Amino acid sequence: MTAPLLQAPLLQVRDLKVHFPVKTGGLLIGRYQPLHAVDGVSFDLAPGETLGIVGESGCGKSTLGRAVLQLLPATSGAVIWLGQEMTGLSAKEIKAARENMQIVFQDPLASLDPRMTAGDIIAEPLRNYHPELSRAETARRVAELMEQVGLLPGMINRYPHEFSGGQCQRIGIARAMILKPKLVICDEPVSALDVSVRAQVINLLKDLQKAFGLAMLFISHDLAVVRHISDRVLVLYLGKVMELAPRDLLYQAPRHPYTRALMSAVPIPDPALERAKPRIILTGDLPSPLNPPSGCVFRTRCPKATDICAQVEPVRESPAPGHDVWCHHSRD
Amino acid sequence: MPSTRKTADVAGSDTVLDIQGLTVRFETADGEVQAVSDLSLTVAKGECLGIVGESGSGKSQTFMATLGLLADNGRATGKVMFGDADLLTANEATLNSIRGNRAAMVFQDHMTSLTPHMKVGRQLTEVLQRHRGLDAKAALDAVIAMLRRVQIPEPERRAEMYPHELSGGLRQRVMIAMGLLCHPELLIADEPTTALDVTVQALILDLIRDVKDSDNTAVILITHDLGVVAGLADRVAVMYAGRVVELGDVNQIFSEPQHPYTQGLLACSPRLDDALGGKLKTIPGQPPNLQRLPPGCAFAPRCPYVIAACAERPPLRPAAGGGLKACVRDDLASITKAAS
Repeated sequence: MTAPLLQAPLLQVRDLKVHFPVKTGGLLIGRYQPLHAVDGVSFDLAPGETLGIVGESGCGKSTLGRAVLQLLPATSGAVIWLGQEMTGLSAKEIKAARENMQIVFQDPLASLDPRMTAGDIIAEPLRNYHPELSRAETARRVAELMEQVGLLPGMINRYPHEFSGGQCQRIGIARAMILKPKLVICDEPVSALDVSVRAQVINLLKDLQKAFGLAMLFISHDLAVVRHISDRVLVLYLGKVMELAPRDLLYQAPRHPYTRALMSAVPIPDPALERAKPRIILTGDLPSPLNPPSGCVFRTRCPKATDICAQVEPVRESPAPGHDVWCHHSRD
Repeated sequence: MPSTRKTADVAGSDTVLDIQGLTVRFETADGEVQAVSDLSLTVAKGECLGIVGESGSGKSQTFMATLGLLADNGRATGKVMFGDADLLTANEATLNSIRGNRAAMVFQDHMTSLTPHMKVGRQLTEVLQRHRGLDAKAALDAVIAMLRRVQIPEPERRAEMYPHELSGGLRQRVMIAMGLLCHPELLIADEPTTALDVTVQALILDLIRDVKDSDNTAVILITHDLGVVAGLADRVAVMYAGRVVELGDVNQIFSEPQHPYTQGLLACSPRLDDALGGKLKTIPGQPPNLQRLPPGCAFAPRCPYVIAACAERPPLRPAAGGGLKACVRDDLASITKAAS
């Protein structure tokens, strides 16, 4: 499971940067400063693999997902899909590639068109990419998929507001799966759902992944959820990768102080354990991505920071095969 | 000391809030919705009562009703005793003298809970000038001291800022500072950390714990996050479809949950320390629709242990472990033991 790079990668992301120009100061003569949303991210994704992308708000995880899909223009770097560089492709070529890359959004209700029925929403990608299919064939595929995601066939003519949050997310998932894509980007797909429904949707995503053999980028702030679904995990902070490792290595032997702090902050639903566990307290707030710290971007909140962290940006170290960490003090 | 505290819910001499038979109804275009049904709870000095439930369980509306903050189409009946006052029948002047003063509420949404066009310091001094009659200088001194207590760095400078200039974590700390300014007897925190990152959440929870322990403040912590409750609460009330379905000491709730819903919630929450491989346990079905509740136990359509008797509404009654549960079955412990 955790030796995915033996196969040719489905997706290669190389030194990807997404900077947004932000107007700062100057009421009449605006000055623009780059906001470093994603700042030099690289990773590979193998067919059928799930890469979890974790980080706190503002770390660039959603921007990264959108840049991979070419929904946002990259400032520099490369997104290589099945060996082909995506940046610089024409709109038509991008559309062709996107047949195999779909996305599931966080807000289940807001991401569905309120004036379309569940059946039409799920069928839309099929009608878009395969207008040659007969109505009967489209309907057959929609019905089949609805059953697979746990929606009753009788619900096909209902509108989104008639469904609960969990059911809406099932519709969103069915819409993403109908083209049988090779990659689905899940952007906080269970964060808006109730606890009792969250587990259902996670199980559904795992089942569909197995059935279709698809790869997933699973973007989430919830480390416990990511642990259950990912083969490998990438930890982002202020647009940069802090640590990238196979799931078990990351959760059992995290090397980056930020990863360790994140893990120690996750509450455990057990009073005795929760009250006794050691915690790493991070001081201060997330620095502005308009003006990221010099050297290591995490150093302003890092309990291990020393002089070198302010001066030199850490380079990649690999404490184990497939385990990469960007920290001057990862050996401590 | 949670272990010595009574679990069954009877008002005592140190009771701060005593809710009895609270029912909350809303008039909607689709008819009347009963959001809270015949709910009784108490909370004592220095105690943290955790309220756990999913969306639509009535956990927020219970306490909006408590402080007279229901929307215009909402109506509350029953009794909510805070000291000598019944908050449900109190007039607006009485409520205003209590809210923000002796009883404070901290909301989830730290962005919309502060006035956007007023400096943070001014919003806080207003509370003291109004409730305590302090002059501007004394109020500002007290505000700066409180901002320092909630660990806001450079409090003098932050007081001069507008809410949008602060990060989410700082804004939530400002909200808590505002709630604590008058040293309330009761602090109601409604999902205080849900909109925050985990590393910031830990600091806010430490702060609430400190208030409870050092000021002897009664704290009601409303949340969907079982981990947060495990870290902070002394007692826990689990709500489903507008009713308390289980109430007990925090250790009992987590180690020997008595109600099938509580058991299901605990089993289906992914944890950092649970076993991997295989599927997550789930609670089948959907959260209840309050307009279409079954006549009996509201959890019955999703319950694996449903029997004929579940067609009648189960009363909240004493359960093994010293707590209360609203479930007709007493043989669940042996069934779950046999299954595992």
